[in-house]
Amino acid sequence: MAVTEAKYLIFLVVSIIRSAEAALVEMWTVYYRQGLAIISDYKERIFSWYRFVMGPDTENNGDSVASKLFGTLNGFMRKFLFRILSVGPVPNHLAFILDGNRRYAKKWKLQEGTGHKCGFWALMSILKYCNELGVKYVTIYAFSIDNFKRRPNEVQYVMDLMHEKIEGLLKEESIMNQYGVRVYFIGNLKLLPERVRVVAEKAMKATENNKNTVLLICVAYTSTDEIVHAAQESCQHEWDEIQAMKASESNDGGEIISNENQEEHRFINLVDLEKYFYMGVAPDVDILFRTSGETRLSNFLLWQTSTCLLYSPRALFPELGLRHLVWSVLNFQRVYPYLERRRKQV
Amino acid sequence: MPSLQLSLSISPLTDPTLSPQPKPQSLLLVPHTPLRPKHLLCCLFATAKNAIIVEDQNAVVNGRVGADTGVPAEEDLLLPAGLQKEFMPKHVAVIMDGNRRWARMRGLPVVLGYEAGIRALRRVMGLCCKWGIIRVLTVFAFSSDNWFRPKVEVDFLMRLFGRGLKDELENFVRKNIRISVIGDSSKLPKPLQELIMAATETTKNNSGLHLIVAVNYSGQRDIVQACQSIALKAKDGLIEPEDINEFLIEQELDTRCAAFPHPDLLIRTSGELRVSNFLLWQLAYTELFFTQSHWPEFGESEFLEALHSFQQRQRRYGGKNT
Repeated sequence: MAVTEAKYLIFLVVSIIRSAEAALVEMWTVYYRQGLAIISDYKERIFSWYRFVMGPDTENNGDSVASKLFGTLNGFMRKFLFRILSVGPVPNHLAFILDGNRRYAKKWKLQEGTGHKCGFWALMSILKYCNELGVKYVTIYAFSIDNFKRRPNEVQYVMDLMHEKIEGLLKEESIMNQYGVRVYFIGNLKLLPERVRVVAEKAMKATENNKNTVLLICVAYTSTDEIVHAAQESCQHEWDEIQAMKASESNDGGEIISNENQEEHRFINLVDLEKYFYMGVAPDVDILFRTSGETRLSNFLLWQTSTCLLYSPRALFPELGLRHLVWSVLNFQRVYPYLERRRKQV
Repeated sequence: MPSLQLSLSISPLTDPTLSPQPKPQSLLLVPHTPLRPKHLLCCLFATAKNAIIVEDQNAVVNGRVGADTGVPAEEDLLLPAGLQKEFMPKHVAVIMDGNRRWARMRGLPVVLGYEAGIRALRRVMGLCCKWGIIRVLTVFAFSSDNWFRPKVEVDFLMRLFGRGLKDELENFVRKNIRISVIGDSSKLPKPLQELIMAATETTKNNSGLHLIVAVNYSGQRDIVQACQSIALKAKDGLIEPEDINEFLIEQELDTRCAAFPHPDLLIRTSGELRVSNFLLWQLAYTELFFTQSHWPEFGESEFLEALHSFQQRQRRYGGKNT
């Protein structure tokens, strides 16, 4: 008897779910597609679950009912997952090398520059996850000084994309301020085209009062260039100090010159160098991601990643998702006690 | 005890996404044939404008001089199957991690783990000499962070280095291996410092494998001392602060003694996925390879796996893959 009742109950639940599904599909076809078509010359009018979930037109943000529902459910499950992860130590600074955009475009037979656009959307979702997880600093390797060696039209495309996205960011200033995101553009900005540099500096100024999250975008950056720049600056600084000292000594009488010679072995030290790094605004990196399976640093944050976890998933950057982030955080939590002990000893 | 293992070494035989061995766009072009004038002209015309030609001088391997100008003869290079000569790394760096864990896993005292590590190092050196193409081998023996290990262990390690240097010195001379030690040697015990100086002096002119041992080495400290020497030069008026560039800094780093200062391949054993303050500047474009096996177990098969993986990588240096 109980078995029959259970079967009846299951049947009831399943039929409710199926009718809800049918109702949603009906609603979608009537209100969003003006009718259901199995075969059509207009590919967008043919029903597909993918379009049902993601919405008809992601560029214009036409959210579908299902996508809103799934979005809420997903967000809820994600928050739950992040709460579990936060029981252990959460990384403070994540760095990403955005590798694999062009290979993604080739793999899916997209147009030449579309891979970078897909990468941008993947980046937005990663930033959202980092924000929800509580990661304070996120650094991305957007453009290296070595990338200027690429074909001129590709470089131009990336510069235009950057200009467009930074201007979009300036327009959405309210969202950035709402999430409290502060943006830095790290690197030798003098190498960028004028309009990109101007708009980057405007973006940095516009978000300078935000304190929640810090987003560091490395453009025209290589780590060796950063170290050279720091060496130049600290040399220049010491040089100026010595000139000033000499000037004041010549007024006083010149007894202090011997002391200065004794001090020359402490001319520059680690703290001085670190003060002049472009990345001096952020602490050391906790996890470095390099997508597309390549395991090399490519002249990115060589100094700051000396003791951090290196993670290289096989996925190309536009395919990077929540599971990679979660897996890397779990690995970070595994090695964290050992690294903390060593840091305290040193 | 089960632990979370993350294996990231690229398996060359089953990876379909990487295209097979394209011609690498390397900045250093080392010809394998003797540099006669017409070859030199061909090289000059054929290479890109940024290539630098390095002449292979006095290549005496195992006491035998090659037929023409001293390059190792073909039959001396016993390269295993599957490896291509043109894509072999010139400089391999190794972080010898996992000696203590290996010993603990077998219930042995930690000192036996270190001794097994030395044997593994001898194996790898022998392989490099046999193949003849790897010209520089850098090993991370002791980091400046390792002083915080128990004093007994640290003292044993220092004695082990000293004993290793003394025992192996005549082997180095015989096999034409040159040894250099990088790092801050002032904190090491005095007898060890003298041994190091003697070994370095004796093998200074050897032209076979160049073994660089990093003892009390820290990548950050290396860069800082390079900047300090440059700053002193600037203070003395030899250079202007604006003239400081990457080339100048490389001239002052500890690895300036090597013919190929930048490693092509870095191998780290025992599954840890980090660089641990080793050769920071020089690792800018190095391919990293992480393996799960511990250092005492590292032998020919693991080395071959690392080299296979290296040969599969596409090194683009930021440019476009042609």
